[in-house]
Amino acid sequence: MNNLQPAAAKEQPVSPAGPRGLLPPLNGRYLWPLLGLVLLLAINLVLAPEFFQIKIVDGRLYGSLIDVLNRSAPVALLAIGMTLVIATGGIDLSVGATMAIAGAVCANMLVGGVDSIFLIVAGGMAIGILIGAVNGSLVSFLGIQPIVATLILMVAGRGIAQLINSGQIVTFQNEAFTFIGTGSVLGVPFPIVLVLIVFAAVQLLMRKTALGLFVESVGCNAGASHYLGVNARAVKMMVYCIAGLCAAFAGMIAAADIQGSDANNAGLWLELDAILAVVIGGASLMGGRFSLVLSLVGVLIIQCLSTTIIMSGVPPKYNLVIKALVVIFVLLLQSPRFQAQIGALIALARSRNNKSVGERAEA
Amino acid sequence: MSLLKLNNIEKRYPGVKALDGVDFQLREGEVHALLGENGAGKSTLVKVMTGALQGDGGSMTYRGEPLRLKSTAQAQSVGISTVYQEVNLLPNLSVAQNLYLGREPKKFGLIDWKRIREQSREVLKRFALDIDVTQPLSSYSVAIQQLVAIARGVDMSAKVLVLDEPTASLDSDEVEQLFGVMRELRDQGIGIVFITHFLDQVYAVSDRITVLRSGCLVGEFETAKLPREELVGHMLGKELQAQAHRAQERDERATGEPLLEMDQVAVRGSLQPTSMTVRRGEAVGLAGLLGSGRSEVCRAVFGVDKKSSGKLKFSGRERSFRKPAEAIEAGLALCPEDRKASGIVGPLSIRENIALAVQARRGWWRPMSRAEQQELADRFIAELQIATPDADKPIEQLSGGNQQKVILARWLATNPELLVLDEPTRGVDIGAHAEILKLIKKLCGEGMSLLVTSSELEELVAFSDRVAVMRDRKKVAEIEGEDISENNIMQAIAEA
Repeated sequence: MNNLQPAAAKEQPVSPAGPRGLLPPLNGRYLWPLLGLVLLLAINLVLAPEFFQIKIVDGRLYGSLIDVLNRSAPVALLAIGMTLVIATGGIDLSVGATMAIAGAVCANMLVGGVDSIFLIVAGGMAIGILIGAVNGSLVSFLGIQPIVATLILMVAGRGIAQLINSGQIVTFQNEAFTFIGTGSVLGVPFPIVLVLIVFAAVQLLMRKTALGLFVESVGCNAGASHYLGVNARAVKMMVYCIAGLCAAFAGMIAAADIQGSDANNAGLWLELDAILAVVIGGASLMGGRFSLVLSLVGVLIIQCLSTTIIMSGVPPKYNLVIKALVVIFVLLLQSPRFQAQIGALIALARSRNNKSVGERAEA
Repeated sequence: MSLLKLNNIEKRYPGVKALDGVDFQLREGEVHALLGENGAGKSTLVKVMTGALQGDGGSMTYRGEPLRLKSTAQAQSVGISTVYQEVNLLPNLSVAQNLYLGREPKKFGLIDWKRIREQSREVLKRFALDIDVTQPLSSYSVAIQQLVAIARGVDMSAKVLVLDEPTASLDSDEVEQLFGVMRELRDQGIGIVFITHFLDQVYAVSDRITVLRSGCLVGEFETAKLPREELVGHMLGKELQAQAHRAQERDERATGEPLLEMDQVAVRGSLQPTSMTVRRGEAVGLAGLLGSGRSEVCRAVFGVDKKSSGKLKFSGRERSFRKPAEAIEAGLALCPEDRKASGIVGPLSIRENIALAVQARRGWWRPMSRAEQQELADRFIAELQIATPDADKPIEQLSGGNQQKVILARWLATNPELLVLDEPTRGVDIGAHAEILKLIKKLCGEGMSLLVTSSELEELVAFSDRVAVMRDRKKVAEIEGEDISENNIMQAIAEA
């Protein structure tokens, strides 16, 4: 049995890397979401210290923290794609349905007798990219508003998944594929590993090429970006495809987890959690600057919260309401106006103190 | 009598002191012009006196009472109204609705529309405006919208009226109309703070002038006793040099073979068939009134608007640009007219804004390193004297003139063969104005080909080798060499 310190387990998103390295500096923008997460963890430390216990059983890590990370993997993957889409000023409501379709495609390939795990995963990835390409075309070539364009597949997508599954829940037995949902690498559950790989790949793609700059440019001012020669259509196409691909990975995790494809419930409403995570991470829905790290912090806040509520012994029926209150609090923490008002209050309290000290001195 | 008094106002931003102990005094019944170059602190001072910003130090008194403003709403409620350059009303609502928005007269708890209409007509009569108040605001010209915004401010029992560049988008008749109203309001005892870039207008309407420079107060002057050269000297902190005429150089400059040839190029709905040529090393001016087709030529050349007929040759090859990216690839560059909508990428840094065009040309898979971007940005910040503490400041926090310099830097960085400048000095204050003109002349001298539109004729006269005059969306005249003069251009614009 091993007890790891919480700090060591939690601080991976914060890095003292130099200005604009791969990982961002710890400035105001990063401070508030991180503060929210730390606060949440501190509450856990008081309420249920066992939250931070991590055990190794059969060479695999177990514990609430690992659970939080593991369970948040699908939303984390969605949030990575969603961050980019939102950065261009768009939104992708179809990622939940995309999860269902990708799961259905993989499940039917398995049941249909495809042996190669690579082919199956490639099939899931391909369908994700295809769906992203459809969304991207609707948005960038037909000029349909993103919320409407992706609403189409949000609704129709589950229908497509049901058609693929012929209206059934398709179950399968395949060790290689189930590994995606329940396996582990060096003791770390595979979904967490997958999130880290996708995060690293997307972060490299964005920050070590000029794509990230173009995404932000298009999101800040699409008109000016067109004038200065950025191919805004291609950029938008690209981010929706990445979002589709991320959703496909999430769908494969969901399907592998239950060893089956449930078209009605796989990834249901998860697109909303992903959007919420991005917003908690401080991104503007109008587009512009983005940070994958902050979105992942947002995901952890959401998932930590659910776990905290359960562990703190509050009856589950309060779960959603408490969640809403905490989300409001975290968003407030980030609002410059709220910060200014709190600052003013503190200054006021201080000046009153000084005044009373002064008065006493005079007396 | 003193109406609004600001004492020793200070405002710091990270790395800059925007206001350094500035005093400002507005008296009852005067038009007080607030002048200064880019970054002088005008906007910051206005924001402080209208409650949009809180100063870090100093005090304010309003009609003898100390005043602490926390919001623009509070400023409005005590009688300080602001009208901004861009009309801050709702274009889709009617004129009457706009006038009474948020303070509608009620009858039995419901909005009394009849009274709103009657009162609106009453209010606008004061401004000599006889318009249908039930029509949407957007159906009227910008000038009338501007007047409606002022009427709203005054009707909310304003004692202080702040006009932030109200004339930027008005033609000369409309400006006169606005001035008439300003004089009348002044006679009624209202204090007006007037911010503008046009010195003529300062002398036409203001009683007093306060000049700021680099966040410091230069002084307060009576307009009638301040000669124009002295005012410009105060603003720039130096004597303005007479604009050197290029007439002599013009003859000496050999121009090369044609670089851009337009042969009956037309754009459906915006440009009639137009032919013109820009030779290598030549600066061609595009003159004409607003809406004459000047910008449309630029947009067609740059591939923003697709040409519907005609032939366009660039560098000897026939081209048909479908989007700016293709034009950029061929060696063109365009500084667009609407800097905010089509030029700057607001939240991104100066460095990124400069690097973007070069990067877009290189493609996403060949990124510029941060060091390369930094070097490029530092070079142009020094070369074009962009006023900023560092290259990482978001471009939206710069003044208009500095933003324009960044956009110019962005294009110069791509090393274009033809640089198209659509109103490069619009909304830019006098100091930056002179610097941008100097830069244009320098580029001419270095043999860059330029196509420049401007509504200021003396500018065109100053640097053009040839001036094409536009009217009714087509070219109506071309003036060359010795014949280029403000008078001749004006005649060509006006000729029936």
